Amino acid sequence: MRAVTWQGRHKISVETVPDPEIVNPRDAILRVTSTAICGSDLHLYDGYIPGMRAGDIVGHEFMGEVVDVGSGSSLKKGQRVVIPFTISCGQCFFCEKQQFSACDNANPAETRDASELLMGHAMGSAFGYAHLTGGYAGGQAEYVRVPYSDIGPVIIPDDLADEDVLFLSDILPTGWQAAINADIEPGDTVAIWGCGPVGLFTIQSARLLGADRVIAIDHFPARLALAKSLGAEILDYRQVNVREALDEMTGGIGPDACIDCVGMESHGFTLDNILDQVKAQFYSVTDRPHALRQAILACRKGGRVSIPGVYGGFADKFPLGQLMEKGLTVKSGQTHVQRYTGELLDMIRDGKFDMTSLVSHHAPLEDAAAMYRHWHDDQDDYTKIILKPGLEKTIVQNAHAMADA
Amino acid sequence: MIATDAPHWTLDKPSDRALFGKSLLINRPRQELFDAWQVERFPAFMENVIAIEPQAKDVSRWTVRAPAGRHVVLINRITRVVPGEAIYWQSEDASDIANSGEVRFRDAPNGRGTYVSLILAYAPPAGALGRWGAKLLQREPEVQARRDLHRFKQLMETGEVTSNASPSARSSERPTQPHI
Repeated sequence: MRAVTWQGRHKISVETVPDPEIVNPRDAILRVTSTAICGSDLHLYDGYIPGMRAGDIVGHEFMGEVVDVGSGSSLKKGQRVVIPFTISCGQCFFCEKQQFSACDNANPAETRDASELLMGHAMGSAFGYAHLTGGYAGGQAEYVRVPYSDIGPVIIPDDLADEDVLFLSDILPTGWQAAINADIEPGDTVAIWGCGPVGLFTIQSARLLGADRVIAIDHFPARLALAKSLGAEILDYRQVNVREALDEMTGGIGPDACIDCVGMESHGFTLDNILDQVKAQFYSVTDRPHALRQAILACRKGGRVSIPGVYGGFADKFPLGQLMEKGLTVKSGQTHVQRYTGELLDMIRDGKFDMTSLVSHHAPLEDAAAMYRHWHDDQDDYTKIILKPGLEKTIVQNAHAMADA
Repeated sequence: MIATDAPHWTLDKPSDRALFGKSLLINRPRQELFDAWQVERFPAFMENVIAIEPQAKDVSRWTVRAPAGRHVVLINRITRVVPGEAIYWQSEDASDIANSGEVRFRDAPNGRGTYVSLILAYAPPAGALGRWGAKLLQREPEVQARRDLHRFKQLMETGEVTSNASPSARSSERPTQPHI
């Protein structure tokens, strides 16, 4: 089969690799029909995630058709399913607590050691995201092996198109959990850093969960325009002092909840970020948390900070005293996707979410290398990319062309 | 009497013997786990065990992979069984590596399952340096035992031993074999 592989920093290639096979009874094999490139794939692309090996198949947002099942799978051949990016057994202490991304069994005995050393406890598992999180092949491929296929996959009714449901795999539940973690109360103003795909779903989720006002922060005009169209007030951080603006918009108290949808590779020409950039070049820090620093300083006293953005290790100049003295509550973590997919599928059917406005490009799987480059370099034009193994090479379609077709 | 509640294998100790203990929470009832801890089932989750053959009552002969493609033979005798709670063993003189150990089963609080502890002591064949070398080759008993205990947990909780076997673009790997 053909698959998108990571070959090194800023090196993505589509290669011919062996097809996956059923290995364990609860496995299923999927023929992938749609797969998206995630913002967190850029951390792999930029070489910031340890434990990648040349030749790894990437991709953790995908869906498709079941083509083979093991004896313990509950799926049937021919079913259309969306696969959560987190691999979870469903039976350990963590899965029973619905903390699926902390599953204690999905990360194999051989790969969990390194992540235990790095994090204090072994990490959970994900598709196509380095050997610290299990070393599983990802879904930017024609076929993929899905372990524990009786737990995660969401069966999709025929009347829903791939584009309506693909984002159940990651960014919709990630945005939803980000807003849940902000413990939103009536009257709240919620500030959201980053208007990438997760930020855009966090905006929608915060409003659905009762936020009176949502203020979104970014610098790409197209992303800010999307945020505005979804009901957020917007701040371009190149035009304003974000903290001053947030204070002035909230009568001086600051937002009740601040959500960091940026993660470890903050943009921005500020003193702390430049220092972080220099240090990251020499690998003395792994994370550049400018957005998170600002979120903590901006948040009102006694407020909530939610961190769906991905961080991988140690950060410098973390405003710990500010966090404590202001009495902030912090909630964070990889998404417990399986916990939310049922209710979110119902909400999609009820038309509660705009699932498609953010998608700027559809492209063939074969064009993955160019698409990663655009996703990295042209973030204003490329707001979300869906790869289709079925499309012929170089038939790139932007949203407007798709609408006309 | 030691004035601490820390497990004895976590305390500093002056000995040439390698002592190692690992405890895992397994989300199954204690008796079920105790009953499953049978010598004949070990090859299902002990990756470096090639074969275990019964020799006499409570004595078994283990063939185990060792560094550099070699294998070693262990002759182990179960010396004490506390039903539902613990199994102790001790190697016989004929064993290639002198070793002893115990596996303990204790109820976790409030129905959370069972704390299973595997405690292993052995005399490293080439001393501390040999132990370090074996660790690099992933054939050191501590590394093996820790991973085997995780595989036991996977098997008991999920019914299968977790595997990341899947394709890659590395020609040396096959999609049915796990990779590190």
